[in-house]
Amino acid sequence: MNKDMKILIVDDFATMRRIIKNLLRDLGFNNTHEADDGLTAIPLLETGRFDFVVTDWNMPGMTGFDLLKHIRADPNLKNMPVLMVTAESKREQIVAAAQAGVNGYIVKPFTAATLKEKIDKIFERL
Amino acid sequence: MSESISQSDNFEELLKSTTGELVSKIEQGDLVDAVNLLQQINEARNRNLYQEVGRLTRALHDAIRNFHLDTAASMPASELSEMADATDRLNYVINMTQSAANRTMDKVEECLPVATSLKQEAADLRQEWARLLRREMKPEEFRQLYRRIDQFLQSTESQAAFLGENFSEITLAQDYQDLTGQVVKKVITLVHDVEASLVDLVRMASQVDRITGIRHPDAKQEQQTQVKPASVAEGPVVNAEKRGVDVVSGQDEVDDLLSSLGF
Repeated sequence: MNKDMKILIVDDFATMRRIIKNLLRDLGFNNTHEADDGLTAIPLLETGRFDFVVTDWNMPGMTGFDLLKHIRADPNLKNMPVLMVTAESKREQIVAAAQAGVNGYIVKPFTAATLKEKIDKIFERL
Repeated sequence: MSESISQSDNFEELLKSTTGELVSKIEQGDLVDAVNLLQQINEARNRNLYQEVGRLTRALHDAIRNFHLDTAASMPASELSEMADATDRLNYVINMTQSAANRTMDKVEECLPVATSLKQEAADLRQEWARLLRREMKPEEFRQLYRRIDQFLQSTESQAAFLGENFSEITLAQDYQDLTGQVVKKVITLVHDVEASLVDLVRMASQVDRITGIRHPDAKQEQQTQVKPASVAEGPVVNAEKRGVDVVSGQDEVDDLLSSLGF
């Protein structure tokens, strides 16, 4: 796994972005960038040559679920790995995210070990 | 409530008892008495209606007042109710929790390099110390080690004190739990009050319908067809135990569910 890969963290709460950023830094990923919802994430993704997206689900503007669908529908972005980190824990939501092509799903509150495990798993498969 | 029911019951009793008399008067051809009886019924109905309207008006007034709306003041609509206040309170909760999280993370970020340098210095010294124990050290090196240990002890003391201060600040930063808890409780009380007032209003509206005889087309069926789509976000599940099987209770269940889908 390339530790220099460019990661976009999408969450409407600055605190959660900071937590994820810190956890990623502890895992050796320093090239992280932030967006506060799907709408601000899309232009960054289109121009920023990102390698990986970590997104929340429930956000104003555009949700992480819609962002995921947008990424999968965009020919330039469709292969981008997406990890959902969210408080949404309904079974049908997890199934919907899986069907929309999510690469990993973490429910909040979560641990650093879970984040590491899911990221490792995602990049093992690519 | 019971008062109004008894009043309309009185009216119903009057209606029942006079109807028989009315029919017999009409059959007997006593039209004047019959018209008088009709008049009596009408008056009783009006009296009942006026009383009900008066009572409902008072109740409505109380109910509106219970919404904590300050209708007398010439304030903008957004400042009229405690709802605006509740919104402020909830924003306060967001700000408090955010600043507590940031304070905590700031302190942790300050502590991490200190802990790392302590660890590094201790590891280096231990190597030197091992050399000393193995008697591999020259007298000059030993004098250096001597000074270094003294420095290390000093800096350990001050760094441990620094860590201790930061830990107590981290603990203090958790005071948001108490403060936000109080604010959230107040908002919960307001929501309960508003709900009770709404229930009162609905109950009154149904009474108005009853005494005036208004019937509404059934609106219930439309409501039931609105089903939430799966992709609507609802935020953290606060009572997963009560929700049963439609929500997962942790990461393990998410993983199980995803692996059952071939992930």
